[in-house]
Amino acid sequence: MPTASDELIARLRARFPQHILAAHAYRGQPTVTIRREGLLEVATALRDDPATAFDVLMDLCGADYAWFGMSQASAPTLRTPSPLPYFMSPAPSAERWERGVPHDAQHRFEVVYHFYSTAHRRRLRLKVPVSFAEPSVPSLAGLWAAANWYEREVWDMFGVVFEGHPNLKRILMYESFQGHPLRKDYPINKRQPIIGPVN
Amino acid sequence: MSVDAAKLNWMTTRLDAALGWARKFSIFQYPFVTACCGMEYMATATSHYDMDRFGAGFPRFSPRQADVLFVVGTISHKLAPMLRRVYDQMTEPKWVVAFGVCTCTGGFYDNYATVQGIDTVMPVDVYIPGCPPRPENVLDGLIKLQEKIAQGELAR
Ligand code: SF4
Repeated sequence: MPTASDELIARLRARFPQHILAAHAYRGQPTVTIRREGLLEVATALRDDPATAFDVLMDLCGADYAWFGMSQASAPTLRTPSPLPYFMSPAPSAERWERGVPHDAQHRFEVVYHFYSTAHRRRLRLKVPVSFAEPSVPSLAGLWAAANWYEREVWDMFGVVFEGHPNLKRILMYESFQGHPLRKDYPINKRQPIIGPVN
Repeated sequence: MSVDAAKLNWMTTRLDAALGWARKFSIFQYPFVTACCGMEYMATATSHYDMDRFGAGFPRFSPRQADVLFVVGTISHKLAPMLRRVYDQMTEPKWVVAFGVCTCTGGFYDNYATVQGIDTVMPVDVYIPGCPPRPENVLDGLIKLQEKIAQGELAR
Protein backbone atom coordinates (compact mmCIF):
# COMPACT_ATOMS: atom_id res chain seq x y z
CA MET A 1 0.00 0.00 0.00
CA PRO A 2 1.53 3.34 -0.93
CA THR A 3 2.08 5.56 2.08
CA ALA A 4 1.44 9.28 2.24
CA SER A 5 5.16 9.85 1.64
CA ASP A 6 5.12 7.72 -1.48
CA GLU A 7 2.11 9.60 -2.76
CA LEU A 8 3.80 12.94 -2.20
CA ILE A 9 6.96 11.77 -3.95
CA ALA A 10 4.93 10.37 -6.84
CA ARG A 11 3.02 13.63 -7.13
CA LEU A 12 6.24 15.65 -7.27
CA ARG A 13 7.85 13.25 -9.74
CA ALA A 14 4.82 13.51 -12.01
CA ARG A 15 4.68 17.26 -11.87
CA PHE A 16 8.40 18.16 -11.96
CA PRO A 17 10.20 15.26 -13.65
CA GLN A 18 12.85 17.63 -15.00
CA HIS A 19 13.82 18.98 -11.54
CA ILE A 20 13.91 15.90 -9.33
CA LEU A 21 17.28 14.24 -8.86
CA ALA A 22 16.41 11.68 -6.19
CA ALA A 23 13.77 10.90 -3.61
CA HIS A 24 13.29 8.48 -0.76
CA ALA A 25 11.24 8.12 2.38
CA TYR A 26 12.61 7.15 5.76
CA ARG A 27 10.22 6.32 8.60
CA GLY A 28 7.36 8.22 7.07
CA GLN A 29 9.30 11.31 6.16
CA PRO A 30 9.89 11.97 2.48
CA THR A 31 13.11 13.52 1.25
CA VAL A 32 13.33 14.97 -2.22
CA THR A 33 16.52 16.19 -3.87
CA ILE A 34 15.97 18.73 -6.60
CA ARG A 35 17.98 20.84 -9.01
CA ARG A 36 18.57 24.37 -7.88
CA GLU A 37 17.07 25.76 -11.11
CA GLY A 38 13.74 24.28 -10.10
CA LEU A 39 13.75 25.38 -6.48
CA LEU A 40 11.53 28.44 -6.76
CA GLU A 41 9.02 26.64 -8.95
CA VAL A 42 8.82 23.54 -6.74
CA ALA A 43 8.70 25.54 -3.52
CA THR A 44 5.95 27.81 -4.79
CA ALA A 45 3.93 24.77 -5.87
CA LEU A 46 4.49 23.05 -2.52
CA ARG A 47 3.20 26.08 -0.70
CA ASP A 48 0.28 27.04 -2.92
CA ASP A 49 -1.07 23.67 -4.08
CA PRO A 50 -3.88 22.75 -1.65
CA ALA A 51 -2.93 19.08 -1.99
CA THR A 52 0.46 19.78 -0.36
CA ALA A 53 -0.04 23.16 1.37
CA PHE A 54 3.33 23.35 3.11
CA ASP A 55 2.71 26.61 4.88
CA VAL A 56 5.50 26.43 7.48
CA LEU A 57 9.22 26.53 6.77
CA MET A 58 10.45 24.75 9.89
CA ASP A 59 14.15 24.74 9.21
CA LEU A 60 16.70 25.67 6.62
CA CYS A 61 20.31 24.67 6.92
CA GLY A 62 23.46 24.07 4.95
CA ALA A 63 25.72 21.05 4.68
CA ASP A 64 29.24 20.64 3.36
CA TYR A 65 29.91 17.23 1.81
CA ALA A 66 33.56 17.95 1.02
CA TRP A 67 34.93 14.89 2.83
CA PHE A 68 31.71 12.94 3.07
CA GLY A 69 32.18 9.21 3.51
CA MET A 70 35.94 9.46 3.96
CA SER A 71 35.93 8.62 7.65
CA GLN A 72 33.99 6.28 9.90
CA ALA A 73 32.06 9.16 11.39
CA SER A 74 30.79 10.43 8.08
CA ALA A 75 30.11 7.07 6.43
CA PRO A 76 26.71 7.09 4.73
CA THR A 77 25.29 4.38 6.95
CA LEU A 78 22.72 4.74 9.67
CA ARG A 79 22.39 2.19 12.43
CA THR A 80 19.18 2.42 14.33
CA PRO A 81 19.63 1.71 18.02
CA SER A 82 17.32 -0.97 19.35
CA PRO A 83 15.21 -0.12 22.40
CA LEU A 84 15.66 -3.70 23.69
CA PRO A 85 18.52 -4.95 25.86
CA TYR A 86 21.46 -6.17 23.81
CA PHE A 87 20.76 -9.90 24.30
CA MET A 88 17.21 -9.52 22.99
CA SER A 89 18.06 -7.20 20.11
CA PRO A 90 18.26 -8.51 16.59
CA ALA A 91 21.61 -8.06 14.89
CA PRO A 92 21.82 -4.43 13.87
CA SER A 93 20.82 -3.91 10.30
CA ALA A 94 22.56 -1.12 8.48
CA GLU A 95 20.18 1.20 6.75
CA ARG A 96 22.06 2.67 3.87
CA TRP A 97 21.06 5.90 2.30
CA GLU A 98 22.46 7.65 -0.67
CA ARG A 99 22.71 11.30 -1.48
CA GLY A 100 21.35 10.68 -4.92
CA VAL A 101 24.06 12.85 -6.43
CA PRO A 102 27.82 12.19 -6.64
CA HIS A 103 30.14 13.72 -4.05
CA ASP A 104 32.14 16.05 -6.22
CA ALA A 105 32.81 19.75 -6.50
CA GLN A 106 29.65 20.10 -8.54
CA HIS A 107 27.58 18.93 -5.57
CA ARG A 108 29.79 19.91 -2.67
CA PHE A 109 27.23 21.85 -0.64
CA GLU A 110 23.62 21.17 0.04
CA VAL A 111 20.89 23.47 1.28
CA VAL A 112 18.27 21.54 3.20
CA TYR A 113 14.73 22.76 3.75
CA HIS A 114 12.20 21.27 6.14
CA PHE A 115 8.57 22.07 5.49
CA TYR A 116 5.48 21.38 7.54
CA SER A 117 1.88 21.49 6.46
CA THR A 118 -0.52 22.48 9.22
CA ALA A 119 -3.48 21.44 7.05
CA HIS A 120 -2.21 17.90 6.35
CA ARG A 121 0.09 17.58 9.37
CA ARG A 122 2.86 16.31 7.16
CA ARG A 123 6.52 17.09 6.75
CA LEU A 124 8.85 17.22 3.79
CA ARG A 125 12.60 17.55 3.49
CA LEU A 126 13.88 19.21 0.35
CA LYS A 127 17.56 19.15 -0.56
CA VAL A 128 19.26 21.29 -3.15
CA PRO A 129 22.86 20.43 -4.10
CA VAL A 130 25.05 23.44 -4.75
CA SER A 131 28.38 23.55 -6.53
CA PHE A 132 31.66 24.81 -5.12
CA ALA A 133 32.37 27.07 -8.08
CA GLU A 134 29.04 28.84 -7.97
CA PRO A 135 27.46 28.38 -4.55
CA SER A 136 24.13 30.07 -4.99
CA VAL A 137 20.44 29.22 -4.79
CA PRO A 138 17.36 31.41 -5.16
CA SER A 139 16.12 32.91 -1.93
CA LEU A 140 12.85 31.71 -0.44
CA ALA A 141 12.50 34.79 1.77
CA GLY A 142 9.73 36.03 -0.48
CA LEU A 143 7.71 32.84 0.02
CA TRP A 144 8.30 32.19 3.71
CA ALA A 145 9.39 35.12 5.86
CA ALA A 146 11.10 32.60 8.16
CA ALA A 147 13.69 31.96 5.45
CA ASN A 148 15.22 35.41 5.89
CA TRP A 149 17.40 34.80 8.94
CA TYR A 150 18.03 31.13 8.15
CA GLU A 151 19.46 32.09 4.79
CA ARG A 152 21.67 34.69 6.40
CA GLU A 153 22.95 32.01 8.74
CA VAL A 154 23.72 29.61 5.88
CA TRP A 155 25.48 32.42 4.04
CA ASP A 156 27.48 33.23 7.15
CA MET A 157 28.48 29.66 7.94
CA PHE A 158 28.82 28.10 4.48
CA GLY A 159 29.08 30.98 2.05
CA VAL A 160 26.10 29.97 -0.04
CA VAL A 161 24.65 33.02 -1.77
CA PHE A 162 20.87 33.38 -1.77
CA GLU A 163 19.90 35.30 -4.88
CA GLY A 164 17.19 37.86 -4.31
CA HIS A 165 17.59 37.92 -0.54
CA PRO A 166 16.58 41.36 0.81
CA ASN A 167 19.44 41.70 3.28
CA LEU A 168 22.12 39.05 2.84
CA LYS A 169 24.75 39.82 5.47
CA ARG A 170 26.33 37.89 8.30
CA ILE A 171 24.06 37.11 11.21
CA LEU A 172 26.25 35.20 13.70
CA MET A 173 29.81 36.28 12.98
CA TYR A 174 31.03 39.85 12.88
CA GLU A 175 31.38 41.78 9.66
CA SER A 176 35.19 41.73 9.74
CA PHE A 177 35.24 37.89 9.83
CA GLN A 178 36.98 36.35 6.82
CA GLY A 179 35.71 33.09 5.36
CA HIS A 180 32.92 30.76 6.38
CA PRO A 181 33.66 28.76 9.51
CA LEU A 182 31.53 25.65 8.95
CA ARG A 183 33.12 24.86 5.61
CA LYS A 184 35.18 21.72 5.97
CA ASP A 185 38.27 23.49 4.69
CA TYR A 186 38.11 26.28 7.28
CA PRO A 187 41.11 25.55 9.55
CA ILE A 188 39.79 24.13 12.79
CA ASN A 189 42.01 26.28 15.00
CA LYS A 190 41.95 29.50 13.01
CA ARG A 191 40.78 32.44 15.08
CA GLN A 192 39.99 35.99 14.11
CA PRO A 193 39.62 37.98 17.34
CA ILE A 194 38.48 41.58 17.16
CA ILE A 195 40.59 42.47 20.21
CA GLY A 196 43.35 40.54 21.93
CA PRO A 197 45.96 38.20 20.46
CA VAL A 198 45.28 35.49 17.89
CA ASN A 199 45.34 32.39 20.05
CA MET B 1 58.24 71.02 58.11
CA SER B 2 59.97 67.77 58.78
CA VAL B 3 58.03 64.53 58.41
CA ASP B 4 58.65 61.50 60.55
CA ALA B 5 58.92 58.88 57.81
CA ALA B 6 58.67 55.91 60.14
CA LYS B 7 55.40 57.15 61.57
CA LEU B 8 53.98 57.92 58.15
CA ASN B 9 54.74 54.42 56.88
CA TRP B 10 53.10 52.96 59.91
CA MET B 11 50.06 55.15 59.37
CA THR B 12 49.65 54.22 55.69
CA THR B 13 50.04 50.52 56.38
CA ARG B 14 47.32 50.63 58.97
CA LEU B 15 45.11 52.65 56.64
CA ASP B 16 45.60 50.11 53.82
CA ALA B 17 44.76 47.28 56.15
CA ALA B 18 41.60 49.04 57.32
CA LEU B 19 40.60 49.85 53.74
CA GLY B 20 41.26 46.29 52.65
CA TRP B 21 39.21 44.93 55.51
CA ALA B 22 36.34 47.27 54.65
CA ARG B 23 36.51 46.53 50.95
CA LYS B 24 36.60 42.79 51.29
CA PHE B 25 33.19 42.79 52.96
CA SER B 26 31.57 45.23 50.56
CA ILE B 27 32.01 43.55 47.21
CA PHE B 28 29.74 45.21 44.72
CA GLN B 29 29.82 42.74 41.86
CA TYR B 30 28.82 43.17 38.28
CA PRO B 31 27.67 39.79 36.91
CA PHE B 32 28.45 39.59 33.19
CA VAL B 33 26.37 36.47 32.55
CA THR B 34 26.35 34.98 29.05
CA ALA B 35 25.77 31.24 29.29
CA CYS B 36 24.95 28.14 31.32
CA CYS B 37 27.30 29.08 34.19
CA GLY B 38 24.75 31.76 35.00
CA MET B 39 22.48 29.12 36.54
CA GLU B 40 25.23 28.13 38.93
CA TYR B 41 25.94 31.75 39.67
CA MET B 42 22.29 32.23 40.61
CA ALA B 43 22.35 29.12 42.76
CA THR B 44 25.34 30.53 44.61
CA ALA B 45 23.80 33.95 44.98
CA THR B 46 20.49 32.81 46.43
CA SER B 47 19.75 31.95 50.04
CA HIS B 48 20.89 28.32 50.08
CA TYR B 49 24.54 29.23 49.61
CA ASP B 50 24.09 32.89 50.36
CA MET B 51 26.86 35.04 48.93
CA ASP B 52 25.70 37.80 51.26
CA ARG B 53 27.65 36.15 54.06
CA PHE B 54 30.75 37.40 52.28
CA GLY B 55 29.42 40.85 51.67
CA ALA B 56 28.84 40.13 47.98
CA GLY B 57 25.08 39.93 48.05
CA PHE B 58 24.27 43.03 46.08
CA PRO B 59 24.87 42.83 42.33
CA ARG B 60 25.10 46.18 40.59
CA PHE B 61 24.04 46.26 36.98
CA SER B 62 26.05 49.33 36.19
CA PRO B 63 29.80 48.85 35.79
CA ARG B 64 30.35 52.33 37.22
CA GLN B 65 28.97 51.25 40.57
CA ALA B 66 30.73 47.90 40.71
CA ASP B 67 34.16 46.90 41.86
CA VAL B 68 34.27 43.18 41.03
CA LEU B 69 33.50 41.96 37.53
CA PHE B 70 32.18 38.40 37.47
CA VAL B 71 32.56 37.05 33.95
CA VAL B 72 30.15 34.12 33.93
CA GLY B 73 29.90 32.02 30.78
CA THR B 74 31.32 31.65 27.30
CA ILE B 75 32.74 34.81 25.73
CA SER B 76 32.79 34.90 21.95
CA HIS B 77 35.12 37.01 19.87
CA LYS B 78 32.14 39.07 18.82
CA LEU B 79 31.33 39.87 22.44
CA ALA B 80 34.89 40.50 23.65
CA PRO B 81 34.99 44.24 22.79
CA MET B 82 31.82 44.81 24.80
CA LEU B 83 33.26 42.93 27.78
CA ARG B 84 36.42 44.97 27.58
CA ARG B 85 34.34 48.13 27.48
CA VAL B 86 32.46 47.12 30.62
CA TYR B 87 35.80 46.50 32.29
CA ASP B 88 37.12 49.87 31.20
CA GLN B 89 34.04 51.61 32.57
CA MET B 90 34.56 50.27 36.08
CA THR B 91 36.27 52.58 38.52
CA GLU B 92 39.48 51.70 40.35
CA PRO B 93 40.12 49.65 42.34
CA LYS B 94 38.58 46.79 40.40
CA TRP B 95 38.91 43.04 40.35
CA VAL B 96 37.92 40.41 37.79
CA VAL B 97 36.74 36.87 38.46
CA ALA B 98 36.73 34.29 35.64
CA PHE B 99 33.83 32.01 36.46
CA GLY B 100 33.86 28.58 34.74
CA VAL B 101 36.35 27.00 32.37
CA CYS B 102 34.92 28.85 29.38
CA THR B 103 36.17 32.14 30.77
CA CYS B 104 39.38 30.64 32.18
CA THR B 105 40.61 28.90 29.02
CA GLY B 106 37.80 28.69 26.50
CA GLY B 107 36.88 25.27 27.89
CA PHE B 108 35.92 22.73 25.30
CA TYR B 109 34.94 25.45 22.84
CA ASP B 110 38.23 25.20 21.01
CA ASN B 111 36.81 26.76 17.89
CA TYR B 112 36.54 29.80 15.64
CA ALA B 113 34.02 31.63 17.81
CA THR B 114 35.21 31.51 21.41
CA VAL B 115 37.79 33.60 23.24
CA GLN B 116 40.38 31.18 24.62
CA GLY B 117 40.41 32.64 28.12
CA ILE B 118 39.34 36.16 29.00
CA ASP B 119 42.84 36.89 30.28
CA THR B 120 43.71 37.50 26.64
CA VAL B 121 41.42 40.53 26.85
CA MET B 122 41.73 41.82 30.43
CA PRO B 123 43.64 41.07 33.65
CA VAL B 124 42.04 38.39 35.82
CA ASP B 125 42.39 38.07 39.59
CA VAL B 126 40.69 34.77 40.40
CA TYR B 127 40.01 31.79 38.15
CA ILE B 128 37.19 29.47 39.21
CA PRO B 129 37.39 26.29 37.10
CA GLY B 130 34.56 23.82 36.59
CA CYS B 131 31.86 23.34 34.02
CA PRO B 132 29.97 24.77 35.77
CA PRO B 133 31.77 25.21 39.12
CA ARG B 134 29.93 23.96 42.17
CA PRO B 135 28.70 26.70 44.51
CA GLU B 136 31.26 25.56 47.08
CA ASN B 137 33.90 26.09 44.45
CA VAL B 138 32.58 29.58 43.76
CA LEU B 139 32.57 30.46 47.45
CA ASP B 140 36.14 29.19 47.70
CA GLY B 141 37.08 31.51 44.85
CA LEU B 142 35.24 34.35 46.53
CA ILE B 143 37.17 33.81 49.77
CA LYS B 144 40.44 33.82 47.83
CA LEU B 145 39.34 37.06 46.19
CA GLN B 146 38.60 38.51 49.62
CA GLU B 147 42.12 37.64 50.77
CA LYS B 148 43.47 39.35 47.71
CA ILE B 149 41.33 42.42 48.28
CA ALA B 150 42.34 42.58 51.94
CA GLN B 151 45.99 42.61 50.89
CA GLY B 152 45.29 45.40 48.45
CA GLU B 153 46.43 43.42 45.40
CA LEU B 154 45.12 44.08 41.92
CA ALA B 155 45.78 42.21 38.71
CA ARG B 156 47.15 44.50 36.01
S1 SF4 C 1 32.09 26.50 31.76
FE1 SF4 C 1 30.53 24.98 31.20
S2 SF4 C 1 28.72 25.63 32.34
FE2 SF4 C 1 30.11 27.38 32.25
S3 SF4 C 1 29.51 28.57 30.47
FE3 SF4 C 1 31.13 27.16 29.84
S4 SF4 C 1 30.02 25.37 29.06
FE4 SF4 C 1 28.56 26.55 30.29
